[in-house]
Amino acid sequence: MKFTLSWLKNHLDTEASIDDITYALTDLGLEVEEVVNPMDTLAAFTIGYVTHAEKHPDADKLRVCKVDTDDGELQIICGAPNAREGIHVVVAKPGVYVPGIDTAIGVGKIRGIESYGMMASEREMELSDEHDGIIELAGEPAIGSKFVDYLAKHSPDKIDPMIDIAITPNRPDALGIRGIARDLAARGLGVLKPEPTAEIKGGFKSDINVTIDADVMEKGCPLFTGRLIKGVKNGPSPAWLQARLKSIGLRPISTLVDITNLFTYEYNRPLHVFDADIVKGDLRVHFAKGGEKLMALDDVEYTLDAGMMVISDDNGVESVAGIMGGLPSGCTDDTVNVFLESAYWDPITIAMTGRKLKINSDARYRFERGVDPAFTPKGLDLATALILELCGGEASDMVVAGTVPVTTRSYHLNTDRVKSLVGMDIPGDTQRETLTALGFDLKGDDAFVPSWRPDVLGEADLVEEIARVASLTKLQGVPLPPLSVGVPKPILTPMQRRETMARRTIAALGYNECVTYSFIDQPTAQMFGGGTDAVKIGNPISTDMSHMRPSLLPGLLQAAARNQARGIMDMALFEVGPVFHGGEPEDQEVLATGLLVGYTGPRDPFGARRAVDTYDAKADAQAVLSAIGAPEKMMVMRGAREWWHPGRSGKLSLGPKNVLCAFGELHPKVLAAIGVKGPAVAFAVYVAKVPFPKTKTATRPALAVSDLQAVERDFAFVVDDHVEALTLLNAAKGADKALITDASVFDVFGGDKAEAQMGAGKKSIAISVRLQPKDTTLTDKDIEAVSAKIIDKVSKATGGTLRS
Amino acid sequence: MDGLDALKTKYLESIMAAGNEAELEDLRVAAVGKKGEISLKMRELGKMTPEERQVAGPALNALKDEVNSAITAKKSGLADAALDARLQTEWIDVSLAGRPRREGTIHPISQVTEEVVSIFASLGFAVAEGPQIENDYYNFDALNIAPEHPSRQEHDTFYMHCEADDDRPPHVLRTHTSPVQIRYMEKHGAPCRIICPGRVYRADYDQTHTPMFHQYEGLCIDKDISMANLKWTLEEFCRAFFEVDDVELRFRASHFPFTEPSAEVDIRCSWDKGQLKLGQGDDWMEILGCGMVHPKVLEAGGIDPSEWQGFAFGMGIDRIAMLKYGIPDLRAFFDSDLRWLRHYGFASLDMPNLHGGISG
Repeated sequence: MKFTLSWLKNHLDTEASIDDITYALTDLGLEVEEVVNPMDTLAAFTIGYVTHAEKHPDADKLRVCKVDTDDGELQIICGAPNAREGIHVVVAKPGVYVPGIDTAIGVGKIRGIESYGMMASEREMELSDEHDGIIELAGEPAIGSKFVDYLAKHSPDKIDPMIDIAITPNRPDALGIRGIARDLAARGLGVLKPEPTAEIKGGFKSDINVTIDADVMEKGCPLFTGRLIKGVKNGPSPAWLQARLKSIGLRPISTLVDITNLFTYEYNRPLHVFDADIVKGDLRVHFAKGGEKLMALDDVEYTLDAGMMVISDDNGVESVAGIMGGLPSGCTDDTVNVFLESAYWDPITIAMTGRKLKINSDARYRFERGVDPAFTPKGLDLATALILELCGGEASDMVVAGTVPVTTRSYHLNTDRVKSLVGMDIPGDTQRETLTALGFDLKGDDAFVPSWRPDVLGEADLVEEIARVASLTKLQGVPLPPLSVGVPKPILTPMQRRETMARRTIAALGYNECVTYSFIDQPTAQMFGGGTDAVKIGNPISTDMSHMRPSLLPGLLQAAARNQARGIMDMALFEVGPVFHGGEPEDQEVLATGLLVGYTGPRDPFGARRAVDTYDAKADAQAVLSAIGAPEKMMVMRGAREWWHPGRSGKLSLGPKNVLCAFGELHPKVLAAIGVKGPAVAFAVYVAKVPFPKTKTATRPALAVSDLQAVERDFAFVVDDHVEALTLLNAAKGADKALITDASVFDVFGGDKAEAQMGAGKKSIAISVRLQPKDTTLTDKDIEAVSAKIIDKVSKATGGTLRS
Repeated sequence: MDGLDALKTKYLESIMAAGNEAELEDLRVAAVGKKGEISLKMRELGKMTPEERQVAGPALNALKDEVNSAITAKKSGLADAALDARLQTEWIDVSLAGRPRREGTIHPISQVTEEVVSIFASLGFAVAEGPQIENDYYNFDALNIAPEHPSRQEHDTFYMHCEADDDRPPHVLRTHTSPVQIRYMEKHGAPCRIICPGRVYRADYDQTHTPMFHQYEGLCIDKDISMANLKWTLEEFCRAFFEVDDVELRFRASHFPFTEPSAEVDIRCSWDKGQLKLGQGDDWMEILGCGMVHPKVLEAGGIDPSEWQGFAFGMGIDRIAMLKYGIPDLRAFFDSDLRWLRHYGFASLDMPNLHGGISG
């Protein structure tokens, strides 16, 4: 919302400085975004007097001038045709920044003669477009005095500061300059001037009448006022009006249109003018049937949906009510008879229509935030008066359809609330004065809300108004009372602790944490079991971000591809974050996923480097699961989803349904599609699937250790090459559950060489079994007996034989 | 027993002169072995008179001990020399790099979130979380943002696809963490103190905006919590988080549909050659929005506004991370460039806590 200081002063009697005003505005909640103050930009320009001027010896159009300034006599070369002896001019001395040419003036030589400054035109100081010559000042101004002081005295509008403020959606009243003035007056920065009045004596009945359909009257347009003004003379508006609109960046069009724009900004009262000679019959406010077309004032043809609020005459739709008028019935320079509209349009109806048509007009912006309904007829009168003044003509009686909607409401003013809610001490009298200054009507302790404040809807709003005007800057902090005395209790939930544990464990394993976008492209999402309509974003900002991710892997793989494109080929990346199995709030799940790509590390002189493989991923997965409290014993299963390598992937689970983790090599097709140069292995831990302990105790079970010597025995079995090590180990462990405390594989010998030794389709698995006696030391006979049992169990479970 | 001195001199000198363990063993056998010279002399003790034995016995024993000690000492001397000689040959190039080991890092967003959590934990705030695909009600209506209210348009909302036969309003990607407030109040009631960190989404992408970013929301409800408590809480947070002794905050009136009164908060700062310094200087930088929870929001959370009141605030996690750690570009947070992750990341064991200093 832009306005100028002088425009503000039409409504506010104030001596406050521009700095005080802008500070107060921001502090009141009308945040200043920009101030353009010619007093600042032109402060360095001073007034000079040309004592002598002669033609430049080497240039016909240049003159060498001697100019008296506050720095004594300066020689200035000037190309303006009016540069001559005996005139008062505006001088920019060396070092002065000239806004119109965006340059700081220096000392220069022009065709061999030195020049110590510049004499400025209006355009060079951005005062106007005038550039036919340098400024000549009338009235014998003092030589060396500041040019801005001269302007302040002779044409104050030229140094009128422009202020641009951001208006929050709750403050439609501040979309009019009068509303801004009212806030400043309440703050004590001046006195709000009385609202102008206009009494229009209608001479005749309007030829154009207005009706509002019953359903629109109920919700949409409770009040329409209008007036026919005959015999006007339209055309360019007077200079003051044009200057006013230009000062806030609006383009003057014609007097009639300019007057509507003036009221939009001055009073937050959008108006519309119809060319009465184009309007056929009466005007009717109604909801569109759907399919009607209107060429609007922005030269765009709109097709209307059923239910959009419009104004029609016998020709059809002439205006999208409260949003934008139609081109055919709009006013032109030739308009002689004009019908002026001032109506109250319902914010929600306007917002719906405006959003559907995608029209952003000043009128829509204001009506959907809420204009003052009570001001509707008065706005019509004031605007009529100005039209009569500037365009002449004769005004009809007011045409009225509907009535001013009742917004009367009051809230109890409890002056203690400011202290208890905000924590500021403001005397009750001051509170009442503030509300009164803002237009509230206080009857006892009941504060009646002014019609221009649709946002005030409760007691807390009164407190807000009082605190805001008193200034929240003055608020002093008061310590928050502690919840309890003593050492604070822990606040994290077990799941929150677990997420942190998973994250820090994976980082400790050497992975770099990433945070990737929650949305990915559809083809990639589909590769990972997602990409359905349920997780589709209706209005994505790009096709790369169209679907909520079903897995963390695509984001990490894409990150890996980007890093490889930058020349980093080996990496360990991870993310702990949400995935989305569906489009409902409850379909979200937290995963912890790690990705290893390429080699285990850089090339080194030790031969330690090797390509990453599934067992790296599995070990890391198990470390994470262990850190977040998964039981030691988990089922290892095949049958991971289709984005994993079918033979080199698996799942860790508790029972067939509760899968805690998937791990393995990624499918080569997936890598190719995303552009990752493999090998690439990964793990995905379903963080919440790990059961939480049922009881919480810090006590550990007692440590049971034996003083008796443990015995390790090694066995090698020849088995079919698809026999899994776990089958073999479980069989061995089952041979004597009391005695055998551990069994582990220490060698697997497979492949061609093994087959050559042991036969086609065979491999050897060597295990070490640890026997821990509890009561007496083991004898050779005991050991032999257990060994025989182990061999027997393993043979039965795997069909294997002891390797001789 | 004559000649003991000669014997002693002979063996001790020989032992001293021995060049290796084999020579020493020969000397041991010759001196104190079964048929060694000293052993043989000891056998003669039996033939002596008690008087003679009383003199010769201790002398022989002393000699035997002395020879044994000399052998032991020489042995270890020889071993040391041999070890020294071997170690002399065992030279490696210690300038070679150690065996490579990967070093993991924690993303600044995770680190800063933990910093925030640890500070607010000390004031009794728990951590609450909620879904990121959120229904229209929790994201807007319950927060006093009516369907046609213009402030909805300021949210640049992402809407989820909606099936034709689904007559609910389309779900949204939550535009702020505020819906968590409602869900928490519904479930736990008052009083409460929570912060709600997490991902939020807005359809905006340029130099300073990404379509996904991180916020945390604070909510404190009790019987007599005022905006002055809010200001103190935020001052304490800023002092602890930015690790500066003096922090000055300025509240400016503003508007959010879910708070009343509402304020935007600026922090006093200075910019010196692009370097931000907080707590000093003449500039003010906006860092967050806050206010007293709107009575309608309390009602939506099932809390009686005539009995309870409190404050809420919202802050950008990415933003305060950028300010604190001097990270220039928001977009890089989500790009996973390893060079960036390693440079701006944190060590896995660098867990923020108050007693050790929040950023270590």
